[in-house]
Amino acid sequence: MDYIIEMLGITKEFPGIIANDNVNLQVKKGEIHALLGENGAGKSTLMSVLFGLYQPEKGCIKLKGREVKITGPLYANELGIGMVHQHFKLVHNFTVLQNIVLGMETVRGGFLQMKEAREKILALSEKYNLAVDPDAFISDITVGMQQRVEILKMLYRDNEILILDEPTAVLTPQEIEELMHVMRGLAKEGKSIIFITHKLNEIKAVADRCTVLRRGKCIDTVSVPETDKETLSEMMVGRKVNLLLDKKEAKPAEAVLQVSDLTVRAKHEGHTRDIVKKVSFTVRKGEIVCIAGIDGNGQSELIHAITGLSHTDSGRVIINGVDMTQKSVRFKNTHGLSHIPEDRHKYGLVLDYSLAENLVLQEYFEPGFQNKGFIRFEKVKEHGKRLIEEFDIRSGQGVNTLTRSMSGGNQQKVIVAREIARNPELLIAVQPTRGLDVGAIEFIHNQIVKQRDNGCAVLLVSLELDEVMNLSDRILVIYEGEITADLNPKEITVQELGLYMSGSKKGVVNKHEE
Amino acid sequence: MKNKGIKIKKSDFGFLSSLFAVFVGLLFGFIILLCSNASQAVPGFLTILTGALTHGNKGAGQVFYYATPIILTGLSVGFAFKTGLFNIGATGQFIAGSFAAVVVGLTLPSLGAVHWTVALLASAAAGAVWGAVPGILKAFFNVNEVISSIMMNYIGLYAVNFTVKGSKTLFDSLRNQSLPLPESSHIPKMGLNLLFPDSSVNGGIFIAVLAALVIYIILNKTTFGFELKAVGFNRNASKYAGINEKKSIILSMVIAGALAGMAGGLLYLAGSGKHIEVVDVLPAEGFTGISVALLGLSNPLGIVLAGLFIAHITSGGFYLQLFEFSTEIIDIIVAVIIYFSAFSLIIRLLFSKISKGRGEVKNHE
Repeated sequence: MDYIIEMLGITKEFPGIIANDNVNLQVKKGEIHALLGENGAGKSTLMSVLFGLYQPEKGCIKLKGREVKITGPLYANELGIGMVHQHFKLVHNFTVLQNIVLGMETVRGGFLQMKEAREKILALSEKYNLAVDPDAFISDITVGMQQRVEILKMLYRDNEILILDEPTAVLTPQEIEELMHVMRGLAKEGKSIIFITHKLNEIKAVADRCTVLRRGKCIDTVSVPETDKETLSEMMVGRKVNLLLDKKEAKPAEAVLQVSDLTVRAKHEGHTRDIVKKVSFTVRKGEIVCIAGIDGNGQSELIHAITGLSHTDSGRVIINGVDMTQKSVRFKNTHGLSHIPEDRHKYGLVLDYSLAENLVLQEYFEPGFQNKGFIRFEKVKEHGKRLIEEFDIRSGQGVNTLTRSMSGGNQQKVIVAREIARNPELLIAVQPTRGLDVGAIEFIHNQIVKQRDNGCAVLLVSLELDEVMNLSDRILVIYEGEITADLNPKEITVQELGLYMSGSKKGVVNKHEE
Repeated sequence: MKNKGIKIKKSDFGFLSSLFAVFVGLLFGFIILLCSNASQAVPGFLTILTGALTHGNKGAGQVFYYATPIILTGLSVGFAFKTGLFNIGATGQFIAGSFAAVVVGLTLPSLGAVHWTVALLASAAAGAVWGAVPGILKAFFNVNEVISSIMMNYIGLYAVNFTVKGSKTLFDSLRNQSLPLPESSHIPKMGLNLLFPDSSVNGGIFIAVLAALVIYIILNKTTFGFELKAVGFNRNASKYAGINEKKSIILSMVIAGALAGMAGGLLYLAGSGKHIEVVDVLPAEGFTGISVALLGLSNPLGIVLAGLFIAHITSGGFYLQLFEFSTEIIDIIVAVIIYFSAFSLIIRLLFSKISKGRGEVKNHE
C-alpha cells in the first residue's frame, strides 16, 4: 500500500516525560485520518515533529516512500505539509487577501502583484466552497471565517497534506457542519487531511481511519466505519468510559445566587453599548443552571460582573442573602464563591508558579498556609500532594512542576481541584471542559454533579451543546446580552436549543421567580 | 541519583552562567589591553584583578565602600524585576534619596545621635515617593513604567539641581556644590575603620547586606512576596485570585524606590567628602544597578556578590592608569559581562547540554 506520509517509530522526550514513544502514523492519499487521544497523549507533539518544530530523538518520516528530514515549518511547507493551529496565526489588522499571501507574495520589479493572488484565491474558494471576502479585515470576521482563511492559506501554498489541530473547538454547531462538508470536499480532490480531535462524534462523521494515542504510545490504527464510539473511547482512555452522565434528579432548595437587573456597559472610543442587559436569574442550592449561548453574547461580561473581576453598571448580585455587588473579589472568594474561569492561562493560573503554589492561589493567606505573613511551604506542598492524588493530576515533577510545562487538560484539573477543594456554596464554572478529552470531561462532570449533590449551587456557562444538555438541570439561553429563554433540558431537543441560541426563537422568562 | 562526575544542579546553572559571563568579560578586556598596548597587557590585566588590594586593607575597604550604593540600586532593580517591573528609574530615586539625606543632614544637626538615622530614613522615603509615581501611573492608567521612570530621572536631576542652587542653607556657591555635611549625620563606622584603616568604608555595607537579606525573605518566604510575584507573572490571574493588583504594583515600586533612595543616602552620608554637584549629568550608580541586578540574576544574594565584584574591578581599574591604559576599559569589561549575563539563557542551555552529554539527569528539583 502506498502512503503519502509515514511517521515511523517516532520518539520524542521532554524532561520528565516521554511525549511520543515509538509512534507510527501512516496516512493514505485522499483520506481523512483522525488522530485521537487524551490531552497530553502526545498528539500535538507528534504534529509538531511532522511540521518540523521539534526534532525526534528516534524514528523517521517518509514522504511518498522517500525519507525526509523536516528541519522547520518553512521546509514542511515546501514539502506540501500545511497546518492550521488550534489558535489561528493571522494578522488581525491585515485583510483576508493579505493574510493568505503573507510570506508567499508574488513580486514583480519590487511591486506586489495582488491581482493574480486574488484570482487564485477566488478560484480556490469557489472550488472548495470556502466563502470569504478577500478585502475584509481579520478583526472584523467571525471565527468560522478565520478558519476558512487558514485553510485557504494552506491551499494557496498548494499543500497536499493538511493538518487541522482541533479545528472544531471554537466553532458553532452550524459552522462545524460546514467544516465537515469542506473537509470531505478536500479529500475528494485528493488532499490528505490529518484531523486532530478528541470529539468522537466528529470522527465518526468525517474520518476514514483513526490512529489512537495514549500516554505517548500508539495504541492502534482502526477503520472508523467499522469501529463504534465506545470502542474508540475505550482505546483512548484505556478503560470503559460512560459517555452519558449518570446523575440523579436535582433537589433544588433555597436560592444561593440572586442576580437582578444586572447591566454591564462597554465603553469603546466614546460610544457605549450594553453588553449585558438587565439580566435577572436565580440559582438555587442543589441545582446546575446553565447559561447557554453562542460565544460573544455577553456570557463573559456577565460572569466577570458576578465574580467581581469587572465593574457592574447597575443591578444587584446577592449571594447567600448578602448583597455582594460592590464587594471585592477576595471577599466573594472567601464567602462561598468558587470560580473556574474560562481562560485558564489568562485568569486561572500563574503559569510561572509551581503546581503546589497554584493549588493554594486562593488560600495562601489562610491561617493553615501562613504564619504571621510567612508562607508555610511544607503545608502548601502537603496540600498539593493531597489534591494531586485526589484529582489525578499528572505532571513531570509532582508538586514542584512548573505549571507552564503541563498539558492543558492537567492544567484545567489544577483549577478544578483548587476550586472544588474549597467546598464552595456557589460554583461558577465557565467552559470547564474546554479543549479536554472524554476521560477528563467525564471526571470534571462527575465532580460538578457531586458538588451539586452535596448542596452546592452551580452556575455553568458552556458553548458545547452536549455539555449543556447533559449536565444542566435548567438552561438559560443568553442572546445579545439578554436571557431569552428558561428551559428544561428534558423537554427540548438540541436543535430547538440551537434555534434559541441563534436568536430565531424566544421563550418566556419568568423574571420574578423569587 | 548517583553520579560519578560533577553533579550540576539546575539551580546552579544560573550561578555558573554568571561566572561564565564574568570570565568572557575579563577575557575580552584582556584582548583590548593586548590590542592597545601588548607589552603592558599582562601587568595591566593583573592590576584589574588585584589592583583593588594594592594598598592592602585600605583597598579592600574602598571596595566595600564602592559596593554599598550599587548593591542597593542593584537590589532596587532586581526586586522590581522579580515582581514584573523594569525599574529603570533607580537613578532618579537615587537622586531623590541623596537630596533628602543632604537636606536632613544640613538642616537638622540638632538631632544629635539619631541624626544619621533620620537622614537615612528620609532618603529611603524620598526614593519611595519617587518610585511611587511610576507605580501609581502603571497601576491606574497602565502607563509603561520604563517611560515614566526615565522621565522621573530627569525630573529628579533638574529639580534637585534647581533647589540646591537656589537655597542658601544647602548651596556652596564657591564650589558650585552642596555644603559639607556635619559629623553627626555621617554613617557610623561600626568598627570597620579598625579593620580597614584610612578607607572610606562604613556601616553602610552592613545596611546594604541586611537589605538584601530582608528582600530575599520578603520575596521567597512571605505571603506579601507571593502576591507581588504573582502580580508580576500574571496580573489577570492575580486579580482573579483576589489579590489587590494595583496595590501590589505600587508597593513594588515604593520598595524599589526606597532601596535606590537609601543607596543615595548611604553614599552622601558616608562622610567621604561627597557633595551634590550642580551638573546636568545623571549619576552612574543607578544604571550600574541595572548591571548588578542582571549579573546577580535578580537574586538578592547574587546581587551582593555582583555588586562586590563590580566594585572590585572598578577600583582595580583606577590603577590601570599606571600602565598608561584608560580606566574606561573597566566599563567595557562590565558591559561585556552584562552582555553575556543577558545571554544567560543560552549559556544555561549550554550547561544543561554538557551535563546531559555526561549522562546526567537534568532535573534534580
